[in-house]
Amino acid sequence: MRFIASRRRLLKAALIPSAASVMPLRFVPNASAEPVSAPGQFSYFTPVEFTWVDAAVSRLIPNDDLGPGAKEAGVATFIDRQLSGPYGRAETWYMQGPWKEGTKEQGYQLKLTPAQLYRTAIADIDAWCSKNGKRPFAELDAATQDKMLHDLEKGEIKLARAPAKDFFQMLVQNTVEGFLADPMYGGNREFIGWKLIGFPGPRYNYIAEIDDYGKRYAMPTVGLLGRDGTRVKES
Amino acid sequence: MATRLPPVDVVLVGFGWTASILGQELTDAGLQVLALERGAFRDTVPDFATTQIQDELRYAVRNELFEEPERETLTFRNSMDQTALPMRHLGSFKPAAGAGGAGVHWNGQNWRFLPTDFLTRSHTEQRYGKNFIPADMTIQDWGVTYEELEPYYDRFEYLCGISGQAGNVNGQIHDGGNPFEGVRKRGYPLPPLKRSYGTVLFDKAAKEAGYKPFPCPAANTSKAYKNIYGVQMGECTFCGYCEWFGCGNYSKSSPQTTILPVLLHKDNFELRTHASVTKVLLDSTGKRATGVVYVDLQGREYEQPADLVILTAFAQHNVHLLLLSGIGKPYDPKSGQGVVGRNYAYQITSSVDVFLNEIVNPFMGAGALGQAIDEFNGDNFDHGPEKFVGGGYIALWTTGGRPILQHHLPKDTPKWGSGWKKAMADNYLRTVSIATHGSVMSYRDAYCDLDPTYRDVYGNPLLRLTFDFHDNEHRMSKFLTDKAAGIAKAMKPRAMHVNQREGHYTIIPYQTTHNTGGAIMGTDPHTSAVNRYLQSWDVPNVFVVGSCAFPQNAGYNPTGTVGALAYWAANAIRSQYMKKPGPLVSA
Repeated sequence: MRFIASRRRLLKAALIPSAASVMPLRFVPNASAEPVSAPGQFSYFTPVEFTWVDAAVSRLIPNDDLGPGAKEAGVATFIDRQLSGPYGRAETWYMQGPWKEGTKEQGYQLKLTPAQLYRTAIADIDAWCSKNGKRPFAELDAATQDKMLHDLEKGEIKLARAPAKDFFQMLVQNTVEGFLADPMYGGNREFIGWKLIGFPGPRYNYIAEIDDYGKRYAMPTVGLLGRDGTRVKES
Repeated sequence: MATRLPPVDVVLVGFGWTASILGQELTDAGLQVLALERGAFRDTVPDFATTQIQDELRYAVRNELFEEPERETLTFRNSMDQTALPMRHLGSFKPAAGAGGAGVHWNGQNWRFLPTDFLTRSHTEQRYGKNFIPADMTIQDWGVTYEELEPYYDRFEYLCGISGQAGNVNGQIHDGGNPFEGVRKRGYPLPPLKRSYGTVLFDKAAKEAGYKPFPCPAANTSKAYKNIYGVQMGECTFCGYCEWFGCGNYSKSSPQTTILPVLLHKDNFELRTHASVTKVLLDSTGKRATGVVYVDLQGREYEQPADLVILTAFAQHNVHLLLLSGIGKPYDPKSGQGVVGRNYAYQITSSVDVFLNEIVNPFMGAGALGQAIDEFNGDNFDHGPEKFVGGGYIALWTTGGRPILQHHLPKDTPKWGSGWKKAMADNYLRTVSIATHGSVMSYRDAYCDLDPTYRDVYGNPLLRLTFDFHDNEHRMSKFLTDKAAGIAKAMKPRAMHVNQREGHYTIIPYQTTHNTGGAIMGTDPHTSAVNRYLQSWDVPNVFVVGSCAFPQNAGYNPTGTVGALAYWAANAIRSQYMKKPGPLVSA
């Protein structure tokens, strides 16, 4: 059975001449000009899930006196798109059983794909809130949200189905990715992440500047899709 | 039922550096050569175009150029009393899939091993006594010497267009080069790359500490270069996207930029992609290979007959194929008998992050733009007082400043929140990191065999890896890390963060793709899988080429030695085997 299941995927791949030509399919057009939380705009999340993630990433990389954070950078949109694609489906991962809890040195051993882990954990966390007499996570004040995130990080909140620590680790990792990846993936809008740290984007040629020691690079930030980092909008 | 295909003289299994070299050299000798590659074809244009390749998420984080564990992975455990579990996604190391293999996505850090690295056991016993080597440490000599390999190192360097400063040409020590290197017959084909600010600061601090720093030899071209096959390369632009990426600028040496423009046009060469070899076929005597079986994308099986089978896949895939094919006696750690899977080794790395006041623009870099010291590598220092075997280099690399994976933050920085954000803003442009790159010796309980439970998509058992760091390696790595911290201090930073490698080896996070051993070379068929020419002791028309031949791992990146071994084996096949097919060394 296992071979047949894999074979179906191989057959699908066989229709395509090379891996390189598959790749554009993995891109999702950028929609950064559109409102963040418009219903029906999501690739994977339900509106409730999107709101949850938007609230969480707002605490992980907050809007503060240094400037805008993950919410303004579109990180929830980034995560939504990632989870609807090959990453969310763990498409390239080895996902055959038997499933066992390993040592920490043996790495990820959950049967859940990243998309399934988000869905399960978000539902579990809101159920935990309800059971403990709290409003859903997204509706809590920032201090309470921070406390809950710390407790999830330490594994001090026990969830019904999802391992809290694994989920939290994945959430932080994906948030950093969305804040610092090329804007064409939906996060790092207007280069919010790159401008914060001083990364000029994929600039390609520094022969003239590399031995200009100690000087800040002066050219404006670019993305793979150009100066504003987004695709030209189709009419 | 497998479809039987027309025979060829030579079949190469896997199409990376070693296959490209052997393909080029054996087609030059007139043989009909077929290369079978499990992944896709890919080339500078269009696959690595600069308009798309500088994408950290796609290539470095989501691992686009590598093997997919869904298709092929291994199981892992630290010790024999544990149950091995599958490596479900890539972590500690990243084998490639696709034409060019890891030669596409490497950094280009290209070294020669030291003369004493090839004599690890005999040299150590001679200088420090037999009792110096722990009983469970199964290190041995290679069966080939540095002096024998020197012309082949040279050839690989002139294939690649290595940028560097020689330290020892015909016994004459040159200022600014590595004074510890083995004698070379001539210098590098290209001068060193321009220096990043970080490497300049390291150089100054290392000199103040009394060391002799030098520019790391780089397979990133400092100038335009035409190589030994007439293939043209262009000058590196320091875009900072080498490791995990293909080069869009014809500046990083890879099969695509050095060999394929010639090889792929030859009438007596063929490359077949999406062809996963599952077995080497043997005749009824078990002493002669008749060809290989491979599976295409649609799951159809083919039998490809060949007179000579050369395994040129990633190190552990070669070992896996030997085990699946029944070539050579599998290693048994309990009895110590058997050879296939024996002496798996790795490397042990650590780093010291150095937080400076100056802007160092980490994003202006190249994969092998670095400054190193070699005082503590191999046997370049007296190990007597230290009581460990091995060593490594200490280097400051400016490989790039990709923001997701290449940012460094001071110790105790919060993992998230405003504290994290502020630390990112304060440090990204003002941080360098000093790396230590240490050897790992081989041990009786570090090995590969077939997993009893988990299988790949073809229904074959996965390779099972049993490996942990030993006390010798932890002490050696601590020694190196302390020296690195000393240099870091001399850079007068505002803060430092020492990342010491501690505890058990773990399959996450990424450390290095310098996996070695499992089909090691040597002079005794009881302790090596292949002879000094990388020819199977048991099936003489099978050669096994790659870092799987290393009897233990040295303190340098392996590609230079892998390239030299590929030329060495190609020469043995051309000058000896083709004249008289059969064992080149009598057992």
